[in-house]
Amino acid sequence: MAEFLATPLGIFVLIFAQVLAIIAFVMISLLFLVWGDRKIWAAVQMRKGPNIVGAYGLLQSVADALKYVVKEVVVPAGADKPLFFLAPMVAFVMSMLTWAVLPFNDGWVLADMNVAVLYVFAIGGLEVYGVIIGGWASNSKYPFLGAMRSAAQMISYEVSIGLILIGVIISTGSLNFSDIVRAQDGNYGFFSWYWLPHFPMVFLFFISSLAETNRPPFDLPEAESELVAGFMVEYSATVYLLYMAGEYIAIFMMCGLISVLFFGGWLSPIPGLPDGVLWMFGKMVFFFFIFAMVKAITPRYRYDQLMRIGWKVFLPLSLAWVVIVSFLAHFGAFGGAYARWAIGG
Amino acid sequence: MGVADFAFYIFAISAVIGGLFTVVSKNPVHSVLWLILAFLSSAGLFVLLGAEFVAMLLVIVYVGAVAVLFMFVVMMIDVDFAELRGQMAKYVPIALLIGVVLLLELSLAFGTWQVSNNAEAVRAAIAPDMAEVTNTAALGQLVYEKYIYLFQTAGLILLVAMIGAIVLTLRHRVNIKRQNVMEQMHRDPAKAMEVIDVKPGQGL
Amino acid sequence: MLNTDISIVLPEIVLALFAMAALLFGVYTKKDKVAGPILWATSAVLAAIGIWIAMSPAGTHTAFNGAFVDDSFARFAKVTILLSAAAVLLMSADFMYRRGLLRFEYPILVALSAVGMMMMVSAGDLMALYMGLELQSLALYVVAALNRDSLKSTEAGLKYFVLGALSSGILLYGASLVYGFAGSTVFSDIIVSAEGHIPLGLLFGLTFVIMGLAFKVSAVPFHMWAPDVYEGSPTPVTAFFATAPKMAAMGLFARVVHDAFGMAVADWSQIIALLAVASMFVGSIAAIGQRNIKRLMAYSSITHMGFALMGLAAGTALGVQAMLVYMVIYVTMNIGTFAFIMSMEKDGVPVTDISALKQYSKHEPLRALALLLLMFSLAGVPPLLGFFGKFYVLKAAVDANMTWLATAGAIASVIGAFYYLRIVYYMYFGENEEETLDGTMAPTQWVFLMASAAIMLLGLVNMFGVDGYAAMAAEALVK
Repeated sequence: MAEFLATPLGIFVLIFAQVLAIIAFVMISLLFLVWGDRKIWAAVQMRKGPNIVGAYGLLQSVADALKYVVKEVVVPAGADKPLFFLAPMVAFVMSMLTWAVLPFNDGWVLADMNVAVLYVFAIGGLEVYGVIIGGWASNSKYPFLGAMRSAAQMISYEVSIGLILIGVIISTGSLNFSDIVRAQDGNYGFFSWYWLPHFPMVFLFFISSLAETNRPPFDLPEAESELVAGFMVEYSATVYLLYMAGEYIAIFMMCGLISVLFFGGWLSPIPGLPDGVLWMFGKMVFFFFIFAMVKAITPRYRYDQLMRIGWKVFLPLSLAWVVIVSFLAHFGAFGGAYARWAIGG
Repeated sequence: MGVADFAFYIFAISAVIGGLFTVVSKNPVHSVLWLILAFLSSAGLFVLLGAEFVAMLLVIVYVGAVAVLFMFVVMMIDVDFAELRGQMAKYVPIALLIGVVLLLELSLAFGTWQVSNNAEAVRAAIAPDMAEVTNTAALGQLVYEKYIYLFQTAGLILLVAMIGAIVLTLRHRVNIKRQNVMEQMHRDPAKAMEVIDVKPGQGL
Repeated sequence: MLNTDISIVLPEIVLALFAMAALLFGVYTKKDKVAGPILWATSAVLAAIGIWIAMSPAGTHTAFNGAFVDDSFARFAKVTILLSAAAVLLMSADFMYRRGLLRFEYPILVALSAVGMMMMVSAGDLMALYMGLELQSLALYVVAALNRDSLKSTEAGLKYFVLGALSSGILLYGASLVYGFAGSTVFSDIIVSAEGHIPLGLLFGLTFVIMGLAFKVSAVPFHMWAPDVYEGSPTPVTAFFATAPKMAAMGLFARVVHDAFGMAVADWSQIIALLAVASMFVGSIAAIGQRNIKRLMAYSSITHMGFALMGLAAGTALGVQAMLVYMVIYVTMNIGTFAFIMSMEKDGVPVTDISALKQYSKHEPLRALALLLLMFSLAGVPPLLGFFGKFYVLKAAVDANMTWLATAGAIASVIGAFYYLRIVYYMYFGENEEETLDGTMAPTQWVFLMASAAIMLLGLVNMFGVDGYAAMAAEALVK
């Protein structure tokens, strides 16, 4: 067995198996996340939410998925057919691709790249194409408006996300996610993680990731009151499913990113307790819970407000933060809390 | 043929195809998409060369930002490219002539191409020792230390570009309604509205 | 290491920092209402840095691994650039203000473009060359389109931008061929890379680089943009185009061919000679048909670039010296001439048709006399300074055994004299059908017009010693 795994075919099989494992994990989580999202939303509004299919409605998502798959795909007459189908695939595939570099545990990562942070950022930048192409290919007014909004929004918030990432990278001295997590491994458990030294940025990152994934209160691209469903107006059945799945996968990925960047990934919050994949999973689910709560309790932003906070508040703040962190790291302030590479932590 | 060779041919071919269709495709939006394919393939080629940092930057900057803005512009302006092409047809012969002459000249240069004896040594002298630093760090050393002068100048050029864009396009229109967010946030409900107890049957 | 480097580029840094500070000041105060003070301050800073550089000690220093060279040649060119930019800014204030074009970004862009020009003449590396060139050009594209409500100004900006980008592309292509051969972008490495003979690939690179630079100095056959851009841009911007950037581009030209390709003088000398002859003739002949004084000045500058290139084509220290002297005289003449063109208006509207100058001497004898001196000088009529400039370059060409080139230059200058003299003829003997120009002229414009005309006469004595500095500069460049 070990010999077989060393051959080129063996390596291929091994990688393929790992890829399948991640896809399976993400897809199964997805089913329950969608259910959880709806349940939380319902609970906040004092409704019951899905409760018919399966115990507590747990299998509702499975039923929905089945329904989407077996329905007919309607393609508008004036649509650009190849692009109309390409768009949701781009949205789905790109959001899946980012999972390749997320470490679930020490060493549990599909591609342990040196430039993993940049990779996530680059692929995240490609996700916007799913939306723009879809909106344009539908050849219809509302989808096009939705696509334009979404493109502007995603680009705007990518800027501040990028700058916040730079702060974390400076503190770690590496672009590798596993290194970032290891750098947070300190004597004080919960309090050695990056959320403390990078405190204001945690909120900025969280809000930016809401905007980046088109989640409420920044769901302007789909704003049903103005644009019906934005770029997804003309989509139905499986292609719609791809869009929706892509969106949830991207959101879950963002939860993973927040856990890894600021909340110690697989590290245990209490010194003494063993680290492990369960911590990582727990953190991701916790942040998803927050995403869901935000969706349930906040009203939608106006478009000019969205652009204003993106460019006039977040961008200057995160830019200033990069400068501040550079100084703090250079002079080893707070016992090297900002220069983990220097203290070997 | 190893995996790397195979990947090289895939990326190289798709880069060339992307470039070709960028030029020939009828629909400008398709052109931009082909251009993106060309960018992505060249990023792949960079990865094969071991320059993963540059590859990622190529994707982030060109595909993630520049091409999106291209796409924006191309989708918004409704240019009839067929008509433009029709006008261009007049100049095709002379353009072709110049192109052929240039091609001949360059093939001449390529045919007799030679490199200075010490070119290899001079070229190697600039880069830090790759055994000691990763290529991201090496890039950083070059850009921020050796070429700091050029790096800062690039910053000045971008500043000029920004000033230029603002000078040429920003118009502060008067007589239109604006959203003043600070004002909106500091509105006092007590002053903005009045609660009136209307008695039944009396009205105001 | 870094400290010494910084002390060498300190003038550039100071100017760039000033531009940024002025930008912040403008943005956070009254915007265009403080444009006047910013313009005056910029002008003062440009002049001050020019004097500072003129006073700085002699010697050659290089910084940033050879990317930046500070020698007498660079200093000579920088002083000319900075002082002429300051002068043009000063005399443009009134014109811009009255046309509502006095945006506070205008002096800042001019200052940043001056930083680019300083980098150009100090370039010791192909990349530094390109960066300086782009910094300079980008600012110029913007100021060309400054009058954004005017179709012509916008067209000028766009045309300049598109053609400038094309020329940059050609230049970069050449630079990459040179790098491919030499394995380095530093001039001092390039010059030693070819031992004895120049291979074809390097020659192509050299040719492409020269083509790109010829675009920037508007030498024929790369001159097509100049008349349209000169005509469309606001007049003060045209005045700027005709002075400092020309000096910078010529300085860069001389630096590249001597510093990087000094081993192939025979190869580039013939290319430049060809550019020079074509520019002189096309410029002189095409100007004859022009009625618009701004277009006329564009062709005039093309002709003058031809003469300056003639000095360069000689390929000797004397040639470079002649080129520098020629450029200084050219810049001085142009400042005076454009000070006058800016004041040309009828009922408050700018006029550019030369027939409006008919009978001008009756109304304004002193100004007409000054313009007469400048026109004679531009034409190269003997007792004036313009003649000495031409004499220098012709002599340099003859000394380098290029008598044919000198002969061609003499013929072209005779042809070119026609249109300068026509303006003089109009002023003194023209039949006047319509009303003449308004008599108004801003004090700064008047001062520059008179000073420039006076220099054309007084300079005869010893050229204010410019000659000697030019000789030192040429000595530093051509080893």
